[in-house]
Amino acid sequence: MPSLPTIQPEDVATAGRASHEGVFDAPALDEHRDAIADYALRLGDDALILGQRLTEWCGHAPQLEIDLSLANLGLDLIGQATLLLGLAGELEGNGRDADALAFHRDVLAFRNCLMVEQPNGDFARTIARQFLFSAYQAALYEALQHSASPRLAEIAAKAVKEVRYHADLAADWVIRLGDGSEESRQRMIDGLDWHWRFVEELFQMDAVEQALADAGIGVDKATLRPDFDATVERVLTEATLPLPVYPRAVLGGRKGHHSEHLGHLLAVMQFLPRTYPDAVW
Amino acid sequence: MYTTEMGKPDPAKVAAIGGEDPALLEAFEARVAADEFIEPKDWMPEAYRRTLVRQISQHAHSEIVGMLPEGNWLTRAPSLRRKAVLLAKVQDEGGHGLYLYCAAETLGTSREQMIEALHSGKAKYSTIFNYPTLTWADIGAIGWLVDGAAIMNQVPLQRTSYGPYARAMVRVCKEESFHQRQGYEIMIAMANGTPEQKAMAQDALNRWWWPSLMMFGPSDENSPNTAQSMRWRIKRDTNDELRQKFVDITVPQAEFLGLTVPDPDLVWNEAKGGYDFGEVDWEEFYAVVRGEGPAAKERMEARRKAWDDGAWVREAALAHEAKRAARAAA
Repeated sequence: MPSLPTIQPEDVATAGRASHEGVFDAPALDEHRDAIADYALRLGDDALILGQRLTEWCGHAPQLEIDLSLANLGLDLIGQATLLLGLAGELEGNGRDADALAFHRDVLAFRNCLMVEQPNGDFARTIARQFLFSAYQAALYEALQHSASPRLAEIAAKAVKEVRYHADLAADWVIRLGDGSEESRQRMIDGLDWHWRFVEELFQMDAVEQALADAGIGVDKATLRPDFDATVERVLTEATLPLPVYPRAVLGGRKGHHSEHLGHLLAVMQFLPRTYPDAVW
Repeated sequence: MYTTEMGKPDPAKVAAIGGEDPALLEAFEARVAADEFIEPKDWMPEAYRRTLVRQISQHAHSEIVGMLPEGNWLTRAPSLRRKAVLLAKVQDEGGHGLYLYCAAETLGTSREQMIEALHSGKAKYSTIFNYPTLTWADIGAIGWLVDGAAIMNQVPLQRTSYGPYARAMVRVCKEESFHQRQGYEIMIAMANGTPEQKAMAQDALNRWWWPSLMMFGPSDENSPNTAQSMRWRIKRDTNDELRQKFVDITVPQAEFLGLTVPDPDLVWNEAKGGYDFGEVDWEEFYAVVRGEGPAAKERMEARRKAWDDGAWVREAALAHEAKRAARAAA
């Protein structure tokens, strides 16, 4: 049996990072490694949790064409989550891959915004969530394509094409339901009403995101807000719906303080890998 | 996914060919016998049209109801990759349903009429979807066995005599092969996994084996529709031929997995170059056809609920279109 090389204590100390040498292709960004990992986790968790919510519709949508559309959106988001969580795991350097991050963290460690974890409700509430989130996400990825981090820029460039479509599809439905029947109009108003309190959080900046924005890696989300507001106004006007009066913001997702809903979502999503931690699927 | 013809044949309807114009009928039969495709605007006997509407709509319903047992595991898929692949697969089934409904609509029956027939219990769908999915291994078993049986049934239908159905089948078959591979890949992972995973894989095979054999429909001696359907090239092989082919191909796949097919009568027959196997429990088959399958109530409730809950959305879309049209006209 061949002997193993002698392991030095300093190898152990750097083991987590050593394998990532050259993976993160802009050494100048190294000082931001942890922040970028955190950032990728936030973006990845947003995509994962919303993707998970959308899978709940599969087979139960109001018509076949809608079923297919929602599955498309879910597939795109799960794909984005896989890339972003993969990046987060790599940069974190603790040997966790995208699946470990998705299936083996508890509520407090999730960094998604509160909007994406909201239950589907009726179709109008689902569309309200999709419209607001995709409008924000499209603007964000549009900017993030120019990130100083080539890895983030690459993921954003791929995702933005998908997300622009999500935003358009959801906007079309807001208009159809808002300017449809009396019942659909009221449901659309109620659906949006559920979500207005979570809009502020989408644009919230903290020290981590500010530092990344200053370094040209992340996005200063305040700069996205005027476009977002204009989109909301344009679509709601065409939908003949009243413009929002934003209520007091509910915050907390980015630091792990979620709604009651996320725990239930995770209990379902994580059940198999947690019940059989040694199994490979 | 696939449904074979499950309704008991109605002799009165089969006999209705008698009322057709003999010259037209003869020309039609000749075209079909020459393996030409019949297209929507072509003349066709009423019984041919009815049989096709029944078969294609049953097939479409099977795709849509078939989304439910697998959809049951979408939120619990054990990795991101498995989740994405399963979602893509279930979405494909929705797509199959869509183009099958479209193919059936070319015969003059609307999608709403067909869905109404499903919800009222008048139309059938494949018996297989009335069984519950209990563990993740069931997702593997469905892909492997159920989609495997579906492919066996559908490959010949690419040459079925009705053009729109045949063309839909070409696309469906391509996707079904991918479905079967993803199912078998799950089974490989489970069969080579932990003892718990192996146990789940064996249990899934135990529960899905016989229902999969039932997917080929009644035995030939109890399938009087077959002769007419084969003559019209709506069907190209008998139920028993296809069932035999499925067993012959699938048993070695089970052996490769190290799993045991739950049939004590299964034995290789050198003389016929195929397996002998036990008798399907036909009493159970007909009970499930009648809607008495273990998850039949759940399936129909889910479909009706989705349809009823979505009524306001469909109405809103129509109302919006009407408003737009009115504005454009003004």
